[in-house]
Amino acid sequence: MLGFSRSQFIAFLIMVALIVVCPFVLYPVFLMRVLCAALFACAFNLMIGYVGLLSFGHAAYFGMGSYVTAWTMKHWHLDAFLAIGLGGLTGAALGLVLGYLAIRRSGIYFAMITLALAQMVYFFCLEAPFTGGEDGIQQVPRGRMLGFLDLSNDMTMYWVVAAIFIGGFLTIHRIIHSPFGQVLKGIRENEPRATSLGYRTDDYKLIAFVLSCAITGIAGGTKALVFGIATLTDVHYSTSGEVVLITLLGGLGTVFGPAMGALIVTAMENYLAQAGAWVTVIQGAIFMVCVLAFRRGVIGEIANWRKLTL
Amino acid sequence: MAANDRSDIILETQGLTREFSGFVAVDGVDLRVKTGQIHALIGPNGAGKTTCFNLLTSFLEPTRGTIRFKGRDITGMKPAMVARLGLVRSFQISAVFPHLTALENVRLALQRARGASFDFWRSESTLKVYDDRARALLNDVGLSGQEETIVVNLSYGLKRALEIATTLALEPEMMLLDEPTAGMAHGDVDRIVELIRRIRKGRTILMVEHNLSVVEGLCDTITVLTRGRVLAEGDYAEVSKNPEVIAAYLGSEHA
Repeated sequence: MLGFSRSQFIAFLIMVALIVVCPFVLYPVFLMRVLCAALFACAFNLMIGYVGLLSFGHAAYFGMGSYVTAWTMKHWHLDAFLAIGLGGLTGAALGLVLGYLAIRRSGIYFAMITLALAQMVYFFCLEAPFTGGEDGIQQVPRGRMLGFLDLSNDMTMYWVVAAIFIGGFLTIHRIIHSPFGQVLKGIRENEPRATSLGYRTDDYKLIAFVLSCAITGIAGGTKALVFGIATLTDVHYSTSGEVVLITLLGGLGTVFGPAMGALIVTAMENYLAQAGAWVTVIQGAIFMVCVLAFRRGVIGEIANWRKLTL
Repeated sequence: MAANDRSDIILETQGLTREFSGFVAVDGVDLRVKTGQIHALIGPNGAGKTTCFNLLTSFLEPTRGTIRFKGRDITGMKPAMVARLGLVRSFQISAVFPHLTALENVRLALQRARGASFDFWRSESTLKVYDDRARALLNDVGLSGQEETIVVNLSYGLKRALEIATTLALEPEMMLLDEPTAGMAHGDVDRIVELIRRIRKGRTILMVEHNLSVVEGLCDTITVLTRGRVLAEGDYAEVSKNPEVIAAYLGSEHA
């Protein structure tokens, strides 16, 4: 169903059920934060899990998406749909340029180049006038979605974010299970062989990168709208690091891992907020335990234990 | 060399040279492969056979020299382009996609016929049209019944067979096989030899091979390389009588 395996379809239903039920139990704004982080991590997972490239600068696309959505909402009073769409386009356009420069390398070199390019984006955002520098873009109005959904209501906003997340999630799933996705898997498995079959592998990797960045930009734009703010944190390398943590913790290369990881990490940040700087220490400790004891991540371990594909 | 025998040359190199920071791996090789033949490239370890393959398929760029395939200069072309022209290679270590099924492996090659398949919005089921052809190819190389097996679980011999099936799926005019029987048990060797004999129809094969009994029974022309240079060329009978070749390569085995 929907191209899912049986176990994946059941997991998908559970996830959708949780998305529907949770806002009646938990604080919707917290849940929206989880969903934005989850979409971001799913997009990141497309690169690391299915192309085998670790992008260490995904905050650049997240942050630029966030700035563009915030700016166009605040100054042009666009429809939220358009503003988030522009955020996605910004991510894609930036991904095309930076990806073009980085894609010819792999492994640690790819990670370092993407990190370096993302740092350049960070300094651009620090200096450029439209980002508001240290202040960021604040008091961004949520406006309306498609002209009729008033997003100032938290619940309405929540359903929109939920729809964006599920839409993005299914899009990524489709990309992985498309003819294009088959070639991507081939490249991940054995790139020289894919080349010898006549595939220009760089082109495939670049398109996957642009798609990942587009969805990342959408996640960033949605986040800006939810919190009414776009700041330097969004483009900071710690955000790039956090998405790596989320994906590894949830289960790299699994379909549901990134969402699970986003839930765990965001919950920690939220509920351990009183602990202040200790959150980082706890996160670091959990990360070490994860790498040492359960490398497949939460979902990856469950899948391995129950012999399922998740 | 008379100009009139050029028409039946499918692959030709002139002065093909590759240097690695001072070390000359391939040194002025003039190679001519005739259409429809099985041509072997033999020589002791480090003779430059694999480097030659990498040069012919553009995985490496030559320092000097030219490569012509079907009369067209392909020197410096992108490796994917060379493959599309019909010159497809295999690798010394078995080149499969280990965590995909055997069927998916072959399908990845068949899928190439769709052109650049960048359609990320379409369902995988679009690829079902290739399943029958993929099954037939797997059957051809003795892999029927293994379609859904994840390739990493196949035996070494079967992986090599799968690799040939994948290469055949592209219907290449010319195949370059890098040690197709290396590291194989006897039964597997015979099967691969049989397979190569069957697939040669309508194509040209250039192969690197260490196993001389394989070369003897299979190949029409043999080129012997040592230290990056062509030492001798001819059929098995000629080459195996060449005193230089015996000294350099066959000596120990024909003592």
